[in-house]
Amino acid sequence: METAKGERWITWIIKISGYSSILFVSLILFFLAREGFPALGEVPLKDLFGARWYPIEGYFGIWPLIFGSVLVTVGALLIGIPFGIGTAVYLSELAPAWIKNILKPIIEILAGLPSVVLGFLGIQLAAPFFRQFLNLPTGLTAFTGAVLLGFIAIPTIVSISEDALNTVPSTYRHGALALGANHWQTIWGVTVPAARSGLLTAVMLGVGRSIGETMAVMMVTGNAPVLPRSLNALFLPARTMTATIASEMGEVATGSTHYHVLFFIGIVLFGISLAVNLTASSLALRSRKRAERLLS
Amino acid sequence: MSAKISVQNLTLMYSDGVESLQNVSIDIIANAVNVLFGPAGGGKSTLLRALNRLNDLADVDTAQGKIVFNEQNILDPATDVIELRRKVGMVFSRPAPLPLSVYENVIYGLRLMGERNKSLLDERVEQSLRQAVLWDEVYDRLNDPGTSLSGGQQQRLCIARVLALEPEVIMLDEPTSALDPVSTAKIEGMLATLKERLTIILVPHNVQQAARTADYAGFFLQGRLVEYAPGKELFLKPREKETQDYVTGRFG
Repeated sequence: METAKGERWITWIIKISGYSSILFVSLILFFLAREGFPALGEVPLKDLFGARWYPIEGYFGIWPLIFGSVLVTVGALLIGIPFGIGTAVYLSELAPAWIKNILKPIIEILAGLPSVVLGFLGIQLAAPFFRQFLNLPTGLTAFTGAVLLGFIAIPTIVSISEDALNTVPSTYRHGALALGANHWQTIWGVTVPAARSGLLTAVMLGVGRSIGETMAVMMVTGNAPVLPRSLNALFLPARTMTATIASEMGEVATGSTHYHVLFFIGIVLFGISLAVNLTASSLALRSRKRAERLLS
Repeated sequence: MSAKISVQNLTLMYSDGVESLQNVSIDIIANAVNVLFGPAGGGKSTLLRALNRLNDLADVDTAQGKIVFNEQNILDPATDVIELRRKVGMVFSRPAPLPLSVYENVIYGLRLMGERNKSLLDERVEQSLRQAVLWDEVYDRLNDPGTSLSGGQQQRLCIARVLALEPEVIMLDEPTSALDPVSTAKIEGMLATLKERLTIILVPHNVQQAARTADYAGFFLQGRLVEYAPGKELFLKPREKETQDYVTGRFG
């Protein structure tokens, strides 16, 4: 009798904590919408997606910010994906056990490094280096941000990719080897394609991590909200959506147009992250279904 | 009856100290079904994996003795393993088609060799699938993923992809352990036809299968080859007490 009662209590506690997370997320959504959507009424849509971000003069064009985010994120992925997947392949397919046992935990610790620390390294080391090396007027550029973000995304990509490669059944590898494939052909022809969906999930989460990153990019990208005119923009200062919100939110008058537009940027950012996460999880789900088919 | 592969005094030890094969000598007879059977841990799979050097992946500490195939000792480090694995094909116990179409699965080994001739590939696909008694079931869906086939079909697909390389020897490690009786019968029937062309080494998943299929049978117990004889002889009047006890189901 007593235990049945205790059981009911525990069930309730678990239920409430489960529902509460849904509640919190919907509250955040509600708040974001309430503060952000008025911007659509206050600033004409044409101006909101205009080319100039200069809030003090009343220019609320968020294109330069979206573009800054995309530029930095794409740059980060161009760095993060090859290095991340390469490292994962090395760890799972080539490295001797003892190297793997040392490297994997280190990479996972790297994933937990506060981004402000990386930003600090970026300002002190990366920016001066790039300024000299590439002969730029300033080292605080979109490129510096992309490199730094790439480094932030790499541990996430490595960790998840490595897990994905590990779940490829060893029978695939043995099957390929027994047919006369060499190590290299087995890795690129069989193991990596078989882990494809897991690798995609890793990349997507890497994207999520980069696009939402604030502190590090704010410190090293130079914070100039200009719409890029050429590819050269990569080596000029830029500003991302996240950095804009973080740097301006503290000084804005509550309830003003500027305030509402900053929240609207938050909504745009939320939309992008949601799209990325949905893509990632639908890919992961598809791979699970395939695995189930294999087992049946 | 001539020996296709001659294993001479093979002793194999893994680096964790487990001795897997102790002084095993066995002649694999050409154009016959050579059955290697016995309880788990007896060294059957280890022997198979030594024959195509798949053991290179494991931590093998010592390998003494000789394995002679086509007048060459394949344990010699200078052996071209890739060439060897094309001649000595292997089928695993769990069917694992590669994540490719049926067609691509069959020609995977040929592709690795750099074969591009489309008509030769087409021809080889049909020939191998026919030999594996699978053609009639899949000829109209060669472009479907290999994993969309049933378990029994997947296993025959794995056999077909080995046959596509036209090996001299095909080794099957408990190929029917995950299959239903009908698929099992199909594969056993196929072996009887295949042996006219090549040499078969089979690790069966039970004694009954060993007795049904063996032209020659070797009984392995804890790394030793207890007895090796023509199938009928070994199952009807085994020389060794241990063989008799296992065959009659007294232990195992």
